[in-house]
Amino acid sequence: MTNNEKLVHLFSEALTIAPELVVDSLQYNTIPQWDSTAHMVLIAQLEAEFEIMLDTDDIIDMSSVAKAREILARYDIEF
Amino acid sequence: MIEIDFDAIYSQSKEQKNATLLAQFNQLTEFHYQHCQLYKNIIDTLGLAPTNGCLELVPFLSTQLFKELELVSVPKSQIIKTLTSSGTTSAKVAKIYLDADTAKLQAKSLVKIMQCFSGKQRLPMLFMEPSNLIADRRGFSARGAGVQGFALLGRDHHYALNPDMSINWQQLEQFFTKYQGQKVLIFGFTFMIWQYFYQAVSASGKTLPPLDAIVFHGGGWKKLAHLAVGKTQFNQAMQQLFGKAKVHNFYGMVEQTGSIFVECEHGHLHAPNCADIILRSEQDLSVINDFGQQGIIQVLSALPHSYPGHSILTEDLGRILGEDTCSCGRKGRYFEVLGRIKKSENRGCSDTYQEVSHD
Repeated sequence: MTNNEKLVHLFSEALTIAPELVVDSLQYNTIPQWDSTAHMVLIAQLEAEFEIMLDTDDIIDMSSVAKAREILARYDIEF
Repeated sequence: MIEIDFDAIYSQSKEQKNATLLAQFNQLTEFHYQHCQLYKNIIDTLGLAPTNGCLELVPFLSTQLFKELELVSVPKSQIIKTLTSSGTTSAKVAKIYLDADTAKLQAKSLVKIMQCFSGKQRLPMLFMEPSNLIADRRGFSARGAGVQGFALLGRDHHYALNPDMSINWQQLEQFFTKYQGQKVLIFGFTFMIWQYFYQAVSASGKTLPPLDAIVFHGGGWKKLAHLAVGKTQFNQAMQQLFGKAKVHNFYGMVEQTGSIFVECEHGHLHAPNCADIILRSEQDLSVINDFGQQGIIQVLSALPHSYPGHSILTEDLGRILGEDTCSCGRKGRYFEVLGRIKKSENRGCSDTYQEVSHD
């Protein structure tokens, strides 16, 4: 799996939504499935999969799928 | 929407802060006046103005009103979450309606405030709560909202209690063993930590491995008053429980989630840039300007956008200790909370678990 495929898969699992819905423009708190509870599940899964430790700023900045990719890139995860 | 600078959240001294907050509060009051008919009715009936020349003149609502009225300033379709807080002696429940923007501001504010005490890194975290607290994800009690907000600050969340409030020894021993000697975050409501955790662990006779803990606790001391437990005793108990413990009390309310007042290293509650407190006389609600004098606490928060909760008269008594001069270096007003005003209900976040309380 490419990193992008992993990312889509993790979002789809954590938010329990279809992979097709995981697009760059998808934003936090705009669908019931991506609420703060799901957000914490997502964060834990991203950390485990990519073996990184996100800080509190990353968590509140991760407001869309595009933003998630941008933040992960800072931890040398290439897309 | 209000623009808030969340960097250096305790940096503004009196003049700068007053100017910034006054502009934000006039903008907020005007917004709610235009978008919440009930709020407009209240302001008009009282003959108040939505725009004012100083913070003390910004209209305030009593917490009671959030129980009586559905106060909301955005279309209901934009509400993503409803926070509730109930008084224990009445069935009336306060309802706080959050849209995505307000929820985001609250999360950001909480994180920026707490970073000043626990750093940017997310530490392993133990909640003095049962893990089933957040059952309905669209609606939360005050306790649920607290847990969910603070969860952002930590990782590998563990919950110390079972649904019946007994100790979950399996979770607890796992957490203490895994993180022995390491920096961890502990979060709970004051009364819950004392009654369901400290007393139960003490009674068990078990000893737990030492941690290097930062303890955040809030929700009021009222329930501990009959046990004659004060700050010193509580903090000593925390040292005993965790080995090493930095203890920070916080003061906040469900009506102003996010902009909480946290106790510094010197034991003073501090107002961050985006919030403030004003004291009012118990007799006539006039402003008390003298530091050290007791009065009713009015809280101001620049965060509420989806409901008119930016200026609230609480049912708590307090005392302002100073402004910009605390030796911890944080700017802004610092204060202490002295208890509830006499006529109010015995409300407090920890009171919401009433079934097994012992009074």
